[in-house]
Amino acid sequence: MAANKGNRSATPIKPQRQKAEKVRRVAGAQSASTSLADRFRSWRAHHRDSFRDALQRLNASRASSAMTILVIAIALSLPAGLAVLLDNARAITSSWDGNAHLSVFLDMDISEDRQRTLAREWKSIAHIEDTKVITRQQALEEFQALSGFGDVLQALPDNPLPPLIVVFPDSTDPVTLGDLENRLAEQDGVDLVQLDVEWVRRLHALIELGERLISALTLALAAAVVLVVVNTIRLGIESRRDEIVVVKIVGGTDGFVRRPFLYTGFCYGFAGGLVAVVLVQTALWWLGGPIGELLALYNSEDSLTAMAASSLIIMPLFSGILGLLGAWLAVGRHLGEIEPNF
Amino acid sequence: MIQFDRVSKRYPNGKDALSKVSFTLPAGQLTFLTGHSGAGKSTLLKLIMMIERPSQGQVLVDNQNLNGFGNRHIPLLRRKIGMVHQNHQLLFDRSVFDNVALPLIIAGYSRADIGKRVRAALDKVGLLEKENLSPIMLSGGEQQRVGIARAVVNKPPLLLADEPTGNLDPALSEEIMDLFQDFARVGVAVLIATHDLSLIARYNHRLLTLREGRLIHDGDEGEEFHGGQ
Repeated sequence: MAANKGNRSATPIKPQRQKAEKVRRVAGAQSASTSLADRFRSWRAHHRDSFRDALQRLNASRASSAMTILVIAIALSLPAGLAVLLDNARAITSSWDGNAHLSVFLDMDISEDRQRTLAREWKSIAHIEDTKVITRQQALEEFQALSGFGDVLQALPDNPLPPLIVVFPDSTDPVTLGDLENRLAEQDGVDLVQLDVEWVRRLHALIELGERLISALTLALAAAVVLVVVNTIRLGIESRRDEIVVVKIVGGTDGFVRRPFLYTGFCYGFAGGLVAVVLVQTALWWLGGPIGELLALYNSEDSLTAMAASSLIIMPLFSGILGLLGAWLAVGRHLGEIEPNF
Repeated sequence: MIQFDRVSKRYPNGKDALSKVSFTLPAGQLTFLTGHSGAGKSTLLKLIMMIERPSQGQVLVDNQNLNGFGNRHIPLLRRKIGMVHQNHQLLFDRSVFDNVALPLIIAGYSRADIGKRVRAALDKVGLLEKENLSPIMLSGGEQQRVGIARAVVNKPPLLLADEPTGNLDPALSEEIMDLFQDFARVGVAVLIATHDLSLIARYNHRLLTLREGRLIHDGDEGEEFHGGQ
């Protein structure tokens, strides 16, 4: 490039152009040619122009653009909002899982010393975090205090309550708990093991079901977003038919024709994603009060957490990609139909 | 510049639009293409533009056989061809300047270069002072000249015109023809499809006549008018 600095051209032009000019003179061709650097710069410029053009067109038809963007936003905010709620549910129940324990009732003839020894020994068993001894006497006192049947128990000749060791597992995984339950049941002096986690299991099953439902919902609504964009872009292509014909006649590549529509699709998706984030956050803020009260009633310290900061970026990007996909489909389907004719 | 070698075109509906048409257009020559509606003029132009492909025979543009071109080559072929339409095919949502600049933007010229070339083309057709207007504000003749400026702005070696004077009065037609002759003089192969016989009669250029898809005459216009009547 630098070698052409001494060009005699009267007008000051860039080195890249000088090279192209020189090539043209040497070849003696009639047609104008362009250098690679120019083409790249122009390609980049066209991307920028396409993007600006897409934004201008969205702005020019504000009402219908807003409608499309809102449809996308609503379609996306539903699964996104549910996912946030489910995340919260999972976080809250994981703290409840800490209360999961196994009640191991021992045979009636086990002494208090033996009971304490067993409790100490069991701490070394895998997946047992801690054990707590409740002697027959303690059990009786607790029962009297809590049940209101104290007088009835007084009337009995013997303490009917068995010695109890409460075992706190370090895991809430149902399989691990099941194994632990079986293992403890086989220990000497154990009468009955009761796993107080049935409800936790049910909750886990429910949460899993919720996840599946949200996945299905996300898929269905993502497809809806794509279809909305396909339809919008199809209308856009139709309204720019003349332009597409002219561009094709003067040698525009398919990529050149496609580009503005792809940008438009992406902008629809991205804007829809942004609005969806706002909708979800607003809904969470609105639900925050009642849910906080509800949690307080369950003695939970938790409060509703908002979307993760990363989601604020990921949502619009994901949605933008859906828009891009929709535009791609629309363009692939309809651009080929528009060919010059005369 | 253009070579047709026994080219036939049969449309899917069974109609033979062209039958064994052969001719050669050299650079720097202005040629008229005439014939009644349906004689095959449009089909011939479409084959050059690769809007249609021949059923038989070969079309060569700039010594390249179009039969060997895939769809992705079509844009590059069309950049070598300036096309002028009867209905101008201008875009009314942008200025005259932007209309003329379109082929340069597509071909990837730098901004500064585009400005220079567009103004040169508009100067050539006498519309330099109207570059900022919308084409809709121009007269029919001016619109046609914008169309011509757009067709020649990237200096294509080949210029096709489909009824370029169809909607214009004789005085304006003459202006347009003068432009075409200027381009032929600097080495552009110009092919003008028209059924305006009075226009053809006023100039002494080569004339191709099609009738029902066959090339029935190839020579200067005098022969056609004396031989045909």
